[in-house]
Amino acid sequence: MARETLTGSRIRERRLIAGLRQADLARDVGISASYLNLIEHNRRRIGGKLLVDIAQVLGVEPSMLTEGAEAALIATLREAAANAPAPVAETDRAEEFAGRFPGWAEVLAGAHRRVASLERTVQTLSDRLTHDPHLAASLHEVLSTAAAIRSTASILAETGELEPEWQDRFHKNINQDAQRLAESSRALVTFLDESDTEHERRGVPQEEVETFFSENEFHFPSLEDGSGTPDDLIEGAEALASKASRTVARVALTQYAEDAALLPLERFSTSLAAERLDPMALAREFGCDLQTIFRRLAAMPQAVLGSEVGLVLSDASGSTLFRKPVADFALPRFGASCPLWPLFSAFSRPQIPIRRRVSQVGRSVAVFDCFAVAWPQEQPDFDQDPVYHGAMLILPVLAEQADQHPAQPVGSSCPVCPRAECRARREPSILSEEF
Amino acid sequence: MSRHVVLIEDEPNIIEAIRFLLTRDGWSVDTHSNGADAMDVIRKAAPDLVILDVMLPGKSGMDILRELREAEDGLCDLPVLMLTARGQARDREMAEKAGVSRFMTKPFSNAEVMDAVRDLHAQATQS
Repeated sequence: MARETLTGSRIRERRLIAGLRQADLARDVGISASYLNLIEHNRRRIGGKLLVDIAQVLGVEPSMLTEGAEAALIATLREAAANAPAPVAETDRAEEFAGRFPGWAEVLAGAHRRVASLERTVQTLSDRLTHDPHLAASLHEVLSTAAAIRSTASILAETGELEPEWQDRFHKNINQDAQRLAESSRALVTFLDESDTEHERRGVPQEEVETFFSENEFHFPSLEDGSGTPDDLIEGAEALASKASRTVARVALTQYAEDAALLPLERFSTSLAAERLDPMALAREFGCDLQTIFRRLAAMPQAVLGSEVGLVLSDASGSTLFRKPVADFALPRFGASCPLWPLFSAFSRPQIPIRRRVSQVGRSVAVFDCFAVAWPQEQPDFDQDPVYHGAMLILPVLAEQADQHPAQPVGSSCPVCPRAECRARREPSILSEEF
Repeated sequence: MSRHVVLIEDEPNIIEAIRFLLTRDGWSVDTHSNGADAMDVIRKAAPDLVILDVMLPGKSGMDILRELREAEDGLCDLPVLMLTARGQARDREMAEKAGVSRFMTKPFSNAEVMDAVRDLHAQATQS
């Protein structure tokens, strides 16, 4: 059910919160109770003076009744349903749920985010236990030494008449092993202590980095004018709670500072005003590569851009390295993205610029111009495959221009994409719409 | 008749303790602490039973176990007691797939080791 059609549900919710009977509210605004009932069940559209009157009686702004819950909240609810062990949730009513019970929806979405975060942490720690050579070696050392002590001590304690020579030897062995155990235990505790000082969200550094960049609106004046360094910004940044996120942020901010030095804000803003949002024209003017232009555009204040701009950076595995969200283009928080994104086409033709008009299908249909390019991160060499990175700039297309060129439908990620017959589908969607 | 065991383990004090226990129980014990040439040592000693650590320098105990099971000179049926500090289910499963006779995690008790050795030997002589 579309967001704008849920005004009735919100009216009902607000009325119940206000402790009003349907008949009371209907009388106060001059309509019949049966008509209000139809409105509250979203069977009649409402707007204009009647909406204003109802809002006044309920003591809320009219926009509180007409604006739906945040898209991100709904997307998170759908992700929560997708990840549920059994398909029990009424996934096609996520929006209605968020509209009628915004508080509970936030609780559920928050719980889902926390579960996802903790799952990442568990996976990361499990991987470390399995693959971390330092941890594996430390544990092996501790357990082997403990085994030696246990075995030797048992011999001393349980063997009735032990020759003095053997007694001396085993005492000496226990003493040696006790010292080793103390040292290896201390080393292990130190190692784990360092891990414990990490924030509980360890394992999702990109999410922390995105929060940090969002808090700064993806723009850092001190890096623009050279008055600050990435480390200055990272120090004291509450969003960057883990060592991993600080490392990722340092890489992104260092890149930002390099881009700002190459394309100074004032000159870039002037060119942007002349060329509008034409990445290729800007690349030619500044004699730099497209990915630098993409990053620089994403770093511009919206007042300079005059429009929202989204950006996704990924590696060739499809893992997101950095993202700047843009309204109505859903970027999955967890899991794999839609393989139809032009970003992934770019990896099949490195260093060739790709432009595609796409429409993202889902709760609403929004149209975007996507510019993508992939490039080797290092100088290619014989006998060594380069590591490729890709970037996709996402520009919203105005509604009046959306029909000028055909748009390729894309999704966010398979579990929350309603396109049943998609040729790129990896797994079934949880959404019943269009099925 | 003397019962003969080869112990492949790189922890000297574990070697010493197990050797003591087995010797007192009437076993003759050969020990070796490197995985790389462990197969040669086993082949030469022709033991009744092998006690094998998993994490060894040179070659892992798991690889040695696989080579034993694929050997064509009678070693494929040799009882193998595997000792490891890695006691996760998947390690146990991996050892079982490789053909281990008994899997024991550190730190083990002397009684557990001796019971396992006696059981495995008894099973081998009965079959």
